[in-house]
Amino acid sequence: LAMSGVEETSNEPVNVKEDKEFDVEAEEHIGDDYFVDPTRYLFYRDRKEWADLEPVPQDDGPNPVVKIAYSEKFSDVYDYFRALLKNDERSERAFALTAEAIELNAANYTVWHYRRVLLQALSKDLREEMRYITAIIEEQPKNYQVWHHRRMVVEWLNDPSEELEFIADILSQDAKNYHAWQHRQWVIQEYKLWDNELEFVENLLEDDVRNNSAWNQRHFVISHTTGFSDPAIVEREIQYCLSQIKKAPHNESAWNYLKGMLQDRGLSSPPGLLERVLELKDTHCSPYLLAFLFDCYEDALENSNQKENVGEEERKETLRKALEICELLAQEKDTIRKEYWLYLGRSLKSKSGISSPSDESPEPSPEERD
Amino acid sequence: MMHGNVHKIAASRCIENWFRIESLTSESESNRIVRCQEIPTPHKNGTKDCIVYIINTITCSPAQCLDASRPWLCFWILHSLELLEEPIPAAVASDVCQFLARCQSPTGGFAGGPGQHAHLAPTYAAVNALCIIGTEEAYNIIDREKLLDFLWSVKQPDGSFVMHVGGEVDVRSAYCAASVASLTNILTPKLFENTTNWILSCQNWEGGLSGVPGLEAHGGYTFCGTAALVILGKEHMLDLKALLRWVVSRQMRFEGGFQGRCNKLVDGCYSFWQAGLLPLLHRALFKEGESELSRQRWMFEQQALQEYILLCCQNPTGGLLDKPGKSRDFYHTCYCLSGLSIAQHFGNVDLHHEIILGREENRLAPTHPVYNICPEKVAQAVQHFLRLPVPDVNKQPAASAGDRPEDSASTSGSADHQS
Repeated sequence: LAMSGVEETSNEPVNVKEDKEFDVEAEEHIGDDYFVDPTRYLFYRDRKEWADLEPVPQDDGPNPVVKIAYSEKFSDVYDYFRALLKNDERSERAFALTAEAIELNAANYTVWHYRRVLLQALSKDLREEMRYITAIIEEQPKNYQVWHHRRMVVEWLNDPSEELEFIADILSQDAKNYHAWQHRQWVIQEYKLWDNELEFVENLLEDDVRNNSAWNQRHFVISHTTGFSDPAIVEREIQYCLSQIKKAPHNESAWNYLKGMLQDRGLSSPPGLLERVLELKDTHCSPYLLAFLFDCYEDALENSNQKENVGEEERKETLRKALEICELLAQEKDTIRKEYWLYLGRSLKSKSGISSPSDESPEPSPEERD
Repeated sequence: MMHGNVHKIAASRCIENWFRIESLTSESESNRIVRCQEIPTPHKNGTKDCIVYIINTITCSPAQCLDASRPWLCFWILHSLELLEEPIPAAVASDVCQFLARCQSPTGGFAGGPGQHAHLAPTYAAVNALCIIGTEEAYNIIDREKLLDFLWSVKQPDGSFVMHVGGEVDVRSAYCAASVASLTNILTPKLFENTTNWILSCQNWEGGLSGVPGLEAHGGYTFCGTAALVILGKEHMLDLKALLRWVVSRQMRFEGGFQGRCNKLVDGCYSFWQAGLLPLLHRALFKEGESELSRQRWMFEQQALQEYILLCCQNPTGGLLDKPGKSRDFYHTCYCLSGLSIAQHFGNVDLHHEIILGREENRLAPTHPVYNICPEKVAQAVQHFLRLPVPDVNKQPAASAGDRPEDSASTSGSADHQS
């Protein structure tokens, strides 16, 4: 949530009078604004071409709460915005004013809605609107309204040709901007622009292998194109993950991706995966590796419930290894999640239906830590 | 180890006075010390001057960028006060009611400010704020028939909701709609047809939920989706195990607070959005017959979260924040306190176990993990509105929430598409 105050820019629209110095009949018009400084901002209440419109002050009531300290400019612009809204005026001057209102508060969705109504009612040049919204998003990339507005303009133009490059530019400034990724996924899906996206993702992961948004995009592209059913694809992705893990063992994203990709089909389904991960245990260990091993053992137990060729001894051993990992994680390797790992251990034990002589009470004695 | 105390009185006075602060210009960016005086109102008897010295930065008086979020300011402030167990003076409560009445749209729902279009987020905030106040006056502000009209006007055929007419879709909208509909007793199954499946499609490969299907799992959206499903009674349809793994993994092992997404930074507000999921999941798993759930603790490190909030997220002059170095704001004050409450209180009325870090004065009131207002206020509101009949509105979802020229720009346009 953007909490910073809205800065007023110095490039404010001005209202310049014609030079009527020697026009005697115009003498009555010569007043305070005659010797006008072209860079001086004029309030709407002082602009002649707005004199027909009665400004509408905000109706906060007699005992307002959560009062905002509006600048004079803000009040003036919005008093006139409310007037336009009340009359549902569809004019160029209304359109121009929406830009000022937006600059003062780009989160005012009522103004944005009105601007869109005007864009259509006045048949405004949508290419120019694209240039406008491009500039606004560059200034305020974490605002909901600006991205939604861009999406509407792209839809009206039915032209996504600038989008991937534009979004890439925004992502180059903040590679995890949620709105940017949302817009990107919409464009790709709507206009079927899948072809180069995996390459784009791989470049981002080269820059920062810990970029979880990029890992998500990887999953997005593959699941909507080749899918994860093809064993060749799965093997390719496993190799990709393991190679990233070797470079950065404590990167949770890579481990989550590995698990997330496999979980529907079962982690024990790719043959030899457990062994490949066990190989990493000594040199590239992490809480994530251990959790992955636990998940493999749990998966094996669940699947072995159906298989008759898995002996009771084998199941007991798998359970023992799983519980050993839970205990290791809870007490030593991932203590922030102690409550969770203890629960998982109890739950797995209880569900496995394997009893052991050393069964004790399920819950550790309550202790008040202070 | 010294444990920071929540400076309760200073914090609450600061918050309360911000309701009443006279206009301060928003130009100045320099720090200055300003005396903020509680403004006596004619109908408030026995007003005592309450002079608080606060450091005035640009965020003291809410910024212009919040001009379309004023019901949020009401909610953030009122909820913070109720967690701090600071009573709301009757005059303030009444003034908030009258202000929110002016934020209510003639076509239903609440807007970010008087004269603006209705939007699901300020609608959620306004209804919550009114329920915190909990007086007849407050409840009577809500036009339930029009509110239902508004919800229909933003409902989409695929089960999702746009945030406002002509606006964007994401899972926040389902939560806002479900929250207000359930509290005010205007909920019908038809209103949320397909919504469950749409929310479920937001659970991704990470186990958490995204804002729209396909995106990265994110704490705020995960909370909204999960809480909405709890309201609809469909939380069991999530992959609860995967969700549980995802959310517990969001607690930072060094900081103790929560991150919003994997591999991102800690932020105090996720103390609620993320940690608040654990009570919801605990209850969901319990209903599924899980026998091994703890009877004392949530499945996150409650003490570590309290330490993060108390030691790292307090502004010494009052208010709370994202992380050290950031400035305070009402949003973070609300959600840091809400998260602190979650971390302090396990269970419900029948089974309650507290873990209070530091002095007893640090204890906050419990909060309801679905609505994030105090549980008594939820019960009171639900009880009040259940006595009223569900409005009878025969509606179809809006075919497209667009910005058509034939729509009057001056109204949010309750699109009534009866096919």
